[in-house]
Amino acid sequence: MKKITYSQFFSKHDRKILPIIRKATVGIAGAGGLGSNIAFSLVRAGIGKLIISDFDKIEPSNLNRQQYFIEQIGMPKVKALRDNLRMINPFSACEIHEIKLNEENIPIIYKNVDIMVEAFDKAEMKQMLIESWLIRFPEIPLIVASGLAGFGDNEKIRTKNLGNLFVIGDETAELDDEISPMAPKVGIVANMQANLVLELLIKNSKR
Amino acid sequence: MRKTILVNGREMEWEENLTIDEILKRNKFSFKMLVVKVNGKLIKKEEYKSFVVPPNADVKVIHLISGG
Repeated sequence: MKKITYSQFFSKHDRKILPIIRKATVGIAGAGGLGSNIAFSLVRAGIGKLIISDFDKIEPSNLNRQQYFIEQIGMPKVKALRDNLRMINPFSACEIHEIKLNEENIPIIYKNVDIMVEAFDKAEMKQMLIESWLIRFPEIPLIVASGLAGFGDNEKIRTKNLGNLFVIGDETAELDDEISPMAPKVGIVANMQANLVLELLIKNSKR
Repeated sequence: MRKTILVNGREMEWEENLTIDEILKRNKFSFKMLVVKVNGKLIKKEEYKSFVVPPNADVKVIHLISGG
């Protein structure tokens, strides 16, 4: 197996912001379409540590948008994701939890993060996370995704800011349960979430 | 003088005992899963029928849509 050094990986990173990113811990709730894409981007960006939770295992239909491979079908998502991330950047720590998240375990698992990112599929879970997070950790930013179905309409994908809650998506398109979102828009929303993570880390470090 | 509130930036007439539930009905917020903030404070789902909105309140409602 090939190896690289820390300075090889980070040779072209922006020297001014790298120390901030290296110190950061980001929580991701969900390792599906959004979560796996967010994790890939943050790890490539050099994030210090990720904490990722998902109870699910990889199915063939997941491959249309989630950052997994045919060889990994049947594996728990968080284990496969950690393997994949290590093959990209071994200098980002990855703490995984193969667990179904709820109001009780979220504050325990994610209590030390600098920023929290929601990457669930079901709207009920999104609401559960928002309500428990904003009441328990009102000072830690939470970035949520809402509305990423279908294709096209790039200009409709927006970021809404409500204090420490950020909502990214087109907030309109909902397909029925049998149809999954498509890779391009999932990737766009996930990367807008990851991009906002970096923006908040840099902005908050200046305070 | 007519008292009003803002709902997602738009003015709406205020009246006594105006609950979140009533505001959602009148503005036809159709999705079941929502985030509601009044003057920056999160209002939980179980309080929608009981929380009374004061005049000049800034109400923000966001749809939570499945997918991810």
